Amino acid sequence: MLEKALTGSKKYWVWIFFLLALIGIGVINYLRQFSYGLGITGMSRDVSWGFYISQFTFLVGVAASAVMLVIPYYLHDFKKFGKIVILGEFLAVASVSMCMLFIFVDMGQPMRIMNVILHPTPNSILFWDAIVLNGYLFLNIIVGWTTLGADRKGVPPSAWVKPLIYLSIPWAISIHTVTAFLYAGLPGRHFWLTAVMAARFLASAFASGPSLLIILCLIVRKVSKFDPGKEPIQALGKIVTYAMFANVFLLGLEFFTAFYSNIPGHMHPFHYLYAGLEGHAKLVPLMWASSILAVVALILLINPNMRKNENILAFTCASVFISLWIDKGFGLVIGGFVPNPFEGVTEYWPTLPEALISLAVWCIGFLILTILYKIAVTVREETSSWPELH
Amino acid sequence: MSIDRREFLKFAGASTLLGLGGITAVQELLKTSAGASHVMVDEKALSAKRWAMVIDISKFKTEADYKNVVQACHSIHNVPDIGNPKDEVKWIWTDTYEHTFPGQGNEYMPEGLKHKPFLLLCNHCEQPPCVRVCPTKATFKRKDGIVMMDQHRCIGCRFCMAACPFGARSFNWRDPRPFIKEQNPEYPTRTMGVVEKCTFCFERLAKGLQPACVEKSNGGLIFGDLSDPNSEVRKVLSTHYSIRRKPEIGTQPSVYYIIGGSENA
Ligand code: SF4
Ligand code: SF4
Ligand code: SF4
Repeated sequence: MLEKALTGSKKYWVWIFFLLALIGIGVINYLRQFSYGLGITGMSRDVSWGFYISQFTFLVGVAASAVMLVIPYYLHDFKKFGKIVILGEFLAVASVSMCMLFIFVDMGQPMRIMNVILHPTPNSILFWDAIVLNGYLFLNIIVGWTTLGADRKGVPPSAWVKPLIYLSIPWAISIHTVTAFLYAGLPGRHFWLTAVMAARFLASAFASGPSLLIILCLIVRKVSKFDPGKEPIQALGKIVTYAMFANVFLLGLEFFTAFYSNIPGHMHPFHYLYAGLEGHAKLVPLMWASSILAVVALILLINPNMRKNENILAFTCASVFISLWIDKGFGLVIGGFVPNPFEGVTEYWPTLPEALISLAVWCIGFLILTILYKIAVTVREETSSWPELH
Repeated sequence: MSIDRREFLKFAGASTLLGLGGITAVQELLKTSAGASHVMVDEKALSAKRWAMVIDISKFKTEADYKNVVQACHSIHNVPDIGNPKDEVKWIWTDTYEHTFPGQGNEYMPEGLKHKPFLLLCNHCEQPPCVRVCPTKATFKRKDGIVMMDQHRCIGCRFCMAACPFGARSFNWRDPRPFIKEQNPEYPTRTMGVVEKCTFCFERLAKGLQPACVEKSNGGLIFGDLSDPNSEVRKVLSTHYSIRRKPEIGTQPSVYYIIGGSENA
């Protein structure tokens, strides 16, 4: 089926080469980082994880969200998702690939990355994260590819795929839970030392991933003859609504715990993020933008009439996505380091090479996504007149 | 002190891979134990069930007192002086009371104490979170309580830095070697992309020497075996009130601070 990615309109190729160009710029910058060291980034002794790991954290959520299609479709027999489950699975493949790349570019000694496998260390959450991420990638590649292949031939997918599909459900939840545990169990980091961390991660994942999926569905409808349909998009919209509500609620819980307890260590990161601390306030505008976008999106989402209007829904989904990208793809990780655990404040901001490398990783993700979607969409276009198969 | 085989090999690997010819610490060790196949033992080596350090802050009076200690460590361990806080590597350094003991300061404490610098280093915690999170066992705890680093296994993920509640670890954001003023050929230098920190001078203990900072501290730093009731650290701790950093998070630091005067010592 891969050959379907090799034919396309002029626009398709312009897009592909645009991505390739940005990837090229990122690769050059990565080579610079490789020879100079991570000192090329804005990270420091106090803020030892930065943009790379934040992006990884955010994208794990996007990857996990495929399960929001798989559960209704396979467990509850919600037939309307039949046409787009594949889009969710392929989005997961692209996101997990980006996650791994972000971890890779963050390594001080990338050539030794196999040490994680050669010296398995079950007490390290990072070890488990490596396992669940790789497992999830393979699950989604296999499930996506075989179901699409079966579709194309007009036969139901082989029976052996079913258990893998069911396995992918708890697996998706595990990738996000394990990633949350990277942060949640660290003594001395008040901002992360919270039992609702994993729950927050899941809520934000199930809001940001499906939002992106809605936007992708709308794009697919525009650029191809394959129409994902109105109803599945609306169903996704409802999922985004509930998840976003849960996410904002959980964030509220964090605020309450920090400020009602009045414990300085718990309040400092919130002060830093939303008001500034000791004159340091780099993240304040971003965090407020995130909050405002979240509130606006929630108002629009909760109102069914707004949600039913696809233009408003697209805007809302973009707001949710950007809001959560700021919150989780930046604030959560950086806010945990600034202020540091001994009441000092060292700020962080990504450098240009760091930003370009990150952009390139996103572009690689989009390239994978484009190719996989191109294949899926072409198969769908061919079979659109056929009845539902499985 | 006994170094077990794994640690010996690691240290040997460290020195040979770095291409350090001449008298490396390893060769020193080898000399004293020629023929020993499993265990390296130097008769002079210091050993303990749990190493610990007591910092008697009243013994530090002038800026030079601090400087001597810091320099002793940084020069023999080839700690680079990069000159900017962003890329900084440090094993032992000073900070204020407030930053050393967050949440334990108050407005009305003695002025002298408020502005007095405190020495900070890795606490060689009994329950070290840095060891718990390391995905490659590059950070590990020895039987004698020393929390060690194997810079040749470290992948530079910096999880240990996120986990250490004391900011004790430094990362080599760039190649440290050009920033070492005078290289000590007896101790390996590090590469970029790995984490490092104080090792309680395990290499000196193996030769029967006290840690370098202790040696240069004029009695301000006291080092010894916490499990031995007759050790000097135990004697000092039983006659002085001492505190540790962030006791509430349960890492059980092995570095103790005596804040008050030492008049009854
Ligand atoms: S002070 Fe930090 S680096 Fe040292 S043992 Fe404790 S947790 Fe690990
Ligand atoms: S940076 Fe090195 S020592 Fe620290 S956790 Fe990662 S592999 Fe272990
Ligand atoms: S014990 Fe040794 S390594 Fe640690 S600070 Fe003192 S001199 Fe440096």
